[in-house]
Amino acid sequence: MALANSAVVATPRVGRLGSHAWLRFGVRRLGRLLVSLWVLITASFLMIHLIPGDPVRAALGPTAPAALVAAKREEMGLDDPILVQYWHYLQGLFTGDLGTSMISQLPVSDVISQRLPATLALALLAFVFAVVVAVPLGVTMGVLTRRGHGRRTELAFTTSSVVLGIIPDFVIAVVLVYVFGVSLEWLPVAGNDTPSAYVLPVLALAIGPAAILSRIIRVEMVSVLDADFVRTARAKRLPKRTIYLGHALPNALTASLTIGGLILSAMVAGTVLVENVFAWPGLGSTIVSSILNKDYQVVQAIVLVYGVGVLLVNTLVDVALALLDPRSMIRED
Amino acid sequence: MSRLKSVIRTPVGLTATILTVGVLLLAVVAPILWSDDADAIDTANILAGPSADHWAGTDNLGRDIFFRTLVATRLSVELALAATAIAVVIGLLLGTASFVLGRRSGRLVNAGVNIAVAFPGMLLALFFAVVFGVGATGAVFAIGLAGAPAMGRLTRTLVASVSSRDFVDAARVAGVGRVRILFRHVLPNISEPLVVNATIGAGGALLSFAGLSFLGLGVQQPSYDWGRLLFDGIGSIYVNPAAALAPGLAVVVAGLAFNLFGESVAKVLGVGVVAGIQLPSSAPAVETTSPVDVAHHDADDIVLDVRDLEVTFPGPAGPIRPVRGVSFAVRRGEAVGVVGESGSGKSLTALAVSRLVGDPGRVDASRLELLGHDLRAADSKALRKLLGTSLAMVFQDPMTSFNPTKRMGGQLAEVARHHQGMDRRSALARAVDRMRAVRITDPEHRAHQYPHEFSGGMRQRAMIGMGLMGSPALIVADEPTTALDVTVQQQVLDLLASIRAADDVALVLISHDVAVVGQVCDRVLVMYAGKIVEDLPAADLAATARHPYTRALVAAVPDMHTDLDRPLAVIPGRPVDPADVPSGCAYAARCPLATDRCRTQEPPLETDSAGRRVACWHAGEPLPIEILDRELAEVDTQ
Amino acid sequence: MKELRFEDVHVRFGQTVAVDGVSLTVPAGQVVGLVGESGSGKSTLARAAVGLAPYDGRILLGGEPVPTRGRRRPLQMVFQDPYSSLDPRMSIGESIAEAMPRGASRAAGRAEVERLLELVHLDPARATARPSELSGGQRQRVALARALAGQPQVVIADEITSALDVSIQGAVLNLVRELQAELGLSMLFISHNLAVVRYVATYVAVMRDGRIVEQGPTAQVLAAPEHDYTRELLAAVPGSTTRSPR
Repeated sequence: MALANSAVVATPRVGRLGSHAWLRFGVRRLGRLLVSLWVLITASFLMIHLIPGDPVRAALGPTAPAALVAAKREEMGLDDPILVQYWHYLQGLFTGDLGTSMISQLPVSDVISQRLPATLALALLAFVFAVVVAVPLGVTMGVLTRRGHGRRTELAFTTSSVVLGIIPDFVIAVVLVYVFGVSLEWLPVAGNDTPSAYVLPVLALAIGPAAILSRIIRVEMVSVLDADFVRTARAKRLPKRTIYLGHALPNALTASLTIGGLILSAMVAGTVLVENVFAWPGLGSTIVSSILNKDYQVVQAIVLVYGVGVLLVNTLVDVALALLDPRSMIRED
Repeated sequence: MSRLKSVIRTPVGLTATILTVGVLLLAVVAPILWSDDADAIDTANILAGPSADHWAGTDNLGRDIFFRTLVATRLSVELALAATAIAVVIGLLLGTASFVLGRRSGRLVNAGVNIAVAFPGMLLALFFAVVFGVGATGAVFAIGLAGAPAMGRLTRTLVASVSSRDFVDAARVAGVGRVRILFRHVLPNISEPLVVNATIGAGGALLSFAGLSFLGLGVQQPSYDWGRLLFDGIGSIYVNPAAALAPGLAVVVAGLAFNLFGESVAKVLGVGVVAGIQLPSSAPAVETTSPVDVAHHDADDIVLDVRDLEVTFPGPAGPIRPVRGVSFAVRRGEAVGVVGESGSGKSLTALAVSRLVGDPGRVDASRLELLGHDLRAADSKALRKLLGTSLAMVFQDPMTSFNPTKRMGGQLAEVARHHQGMDRRSALARAVDRMRAVRITDPEHRAHQYPHEFSGGMRQRAMIGMGLMGSPALIVADEPTTALDVTVQQQVLDLLASIRAADDVALVLISHDVAVVGQVCDRVLVMYAGKIVEDLPAADLAATARHPYTRALVAAVPDMHTDLDRPLAVIPGRPVDPADVPSGCAYAARCPLATDRCRTQEPPLETDSAGRRVACWHAGEPLPIEILDRELAEVDTQ
Repeated sequence: MKELRFEDVHVRFGQTVAVDGVSLTVPAGQVVGLVGESGSGKSTLARAAVGLAPYDGRILLGGEPVPTRGRRRPLQMVFQDPYSSLDPRMSIGESIAEAMPRGASRAAGRAEVERLLELVHLDPARATARPSELSGGQRQRVALARALAGQPQVVIADEITSALDVSIQGAVLNLVRELQAELGLSMLFISHNLAVVRYVATYVAVMRDGRIVEQGPTAQVLAAPEHDYTRELLAAVPGSTTRSPR
């Protein structure tokens, strides 16, 4: 086809993307991570100092001798000016010295390294389970209930996913314990000795988030299927599978990722409750007993670990978003 | 208020409302009625299972768990509401900070909120629980402060969306101060979504509180809320499971009630859902216009042949028919314009002809053929290939017509890969060639770019290029230049003209802009209320149009030769709503020539010897001169 | 009525320069059309004049700098989107009254609202109606009434008919001409549509990339354009070039 040449030159509105954008994005994201990390560290430091009263006295009890309390305070440096304490705290973090547990006299870093693997295993398994269940389910439901279709399916799915999403993880845990542990006695309900011991805790932790996530993905899928560019794809008469998986799905995922990230990081905190139900030897059960025992250095360290975990999840979500949707790299907050 | 009443009409809304009211009622009433029952110690009956006397059994002091669960409602709800109130107040302060304080301080606050929001509520709650201490009071502050960042982020988003609207700018221009604007304009417009989210937040606070108490960090003995009961109950789950299940059920029901109530109200206040009714299997008979006489056209010269086209949608009060019987034919190389206002059915006609009207819409026609192939046939690979290669579509909004997550070259290449059997490399090469053909500079490089890196005009050209991947016999363009600057518009129209000239490609151009259609097209179809009211050569538009609507359309738009001393012509009234089409001629209500016959009998579309068509009982009659000055008297109706 | 003068005005947003040294005069009691495409900076210039955007340079009304703070605002604006320019929760009477100078009694305020509604050919009895009850064209009239409520010296109209249906644009344009003739308003009429500007304005300024490329009496500029861009704009008006016959 021969077309007349014309001197029309189109002026591009946006410059060329390339490695520059990824570099800028990486630097910005890293910067944000570092700032959030600093805020987290400072907050966990302040946590103890905001507590009214003397933390040492509170931990050792009202009957402990004053000399012991004074000695402990000296040891922990609690009488130094607050900025000095802050500096010591930061130093300690870099060297891995997180203090000592007031109850067990063990170094806190030992407590953490002992208990972290169990929590990590639980969280990761639940994470994977939730995503593997929610994404295909949400996508399928989205296709089935796209504009005007599948009203009954929509009602059934939305009702069940709303109910499952609202039931708190610890209630699900209690119910699972009752049904599978007490009533049917199929699965263990305490500790993490055997592989089958993982089933109920992972389910308890992941069911709610999976339900919410699949619901969100369905809604986004339905909304994307109505978008202009899907109409363009239909106008190109592409096969349905290409339209759903190649065009609609990536956009539905990017739309769901932000909230999805929040849900997944909420799961990190959900381990606290679930571990308590299943006597899971992880950080979750430790933090609760430490709070009740006023073993604040342990609490501080666990809060830090959880916080770092959440920040990592958020960063991963942002990177995934950038990979899926090139516009997100340019968008400023 | 009436909108809130419609919440009760949906089954979900009704259930949620009943449950919420029930929970609140219980919170008030239960301690009054059953406190004594709940506290009654019965040491002979410790940890008993459910029985007639004790529906959920007893706890380790013999107290009735069922009554304790009921009585615990008040404390659970009170604490949740208190925590929500704290979250909302602090959230409001955080969210309105940037509006009131200005950009610099606002940015600091927003950054802080963004960091805090990344952390899940339970983590923040634990953090504050440490600071405030174990117990109900500490827990209230803990959960309240934990919920504040999310509320703050929500408030900020709502405030930002309201303050970007022009009426806030108008108030600023009028000299109204920032704080006053906040209270008079911003807060009233965000109150509804805020209250709805606060309700859902109260549900969340309820669940969080149950969680904290369950861990032993919340309510302490001798007080008890549902969480505390769960804490006690799980210890005895092997002996009396009901001790845990009863309060667990209560937590779930109450949480569900608040959440569903909030969401039902949100649905009512937000987008209304049209409850579609099933389309009747046979549509009621519609007056068909007299058959179009196209005998004077060469039959094998016809690219698109449409007869009695109708598009129907289900509506709340019966089927809506935005296209009510449209017939026309397009010859090879011909440019046909379709002009009309909103509600005329022009866009749907284009979509229907291209088989792009999806469920729940339905397309009916006695004839719909592209290059002789029947488009009403069932979907098949052959049909898709025909439409994908012989028909090119150009849509209105270039900014949203491309997939933002795929590169441009790939989106063009898809057509060749799926319909012309090309492999990746050849398809991409053809895509680059097509992009060059539509005058996109540096196409090899641009093919690897994403849509957002193209300007609006470039995207429209890429859209045209995409249609040229095959060898189209027809281009259907739906308002292709409406969203573009006028100089860019000219470039796109020139491009379309050169494509037509080079390969004898026919064009159907839909637009509300009579001037554009008049410049580009050979023939113009004027649509009103779902029907063609006039079909005439474009050259005749200015002087010898016969339908009063066509003439009014042409007269109402100022051009470079409009008489500066006279007021502009105005069409009184509003375009017809497709859901509410009057009987008789649809234009009668706005027409200066309308008589009783027009209001009762719909004029048929009649063809004259030159092939022009018009549907009017008074076609060609001179218009009264007063129409030009009419707007001074008629303005109230528009 | 006073003269509005822009003297070497610059408006910057971060790195981007939206208005790059604009000097323009709106003579007292005249309508000046400001024509440009998207990104030309015409709306930004208007926003700077009414105090919605910070600027360098001078914007003078009758020789005095235009006040951008405080209650007394002699420059008022009518916006493009009729669905965004009125608070959906306030009646149109309240919206108009908000722009009126303070100090009048309630009865006087009500009477003034009714007078303004009649001025824009709307039924005064509808002062209690909400914007959702009005059509797009009617809302633009309310926006005009609100702009006039502040008793301005200059009214800036920013693309006020671009979002309206074709059959309704004419009525609003007729109203603008009528009000300008009746009240002797100085007006800056912004539009991308040359034909509309030709109908409404006695002077026209053409803007591109933040600069004014040509200005002068409308008839002269349109009949004998001096700048290439003006010529390009004129050629791009649909219907201005003859259609090549098939």
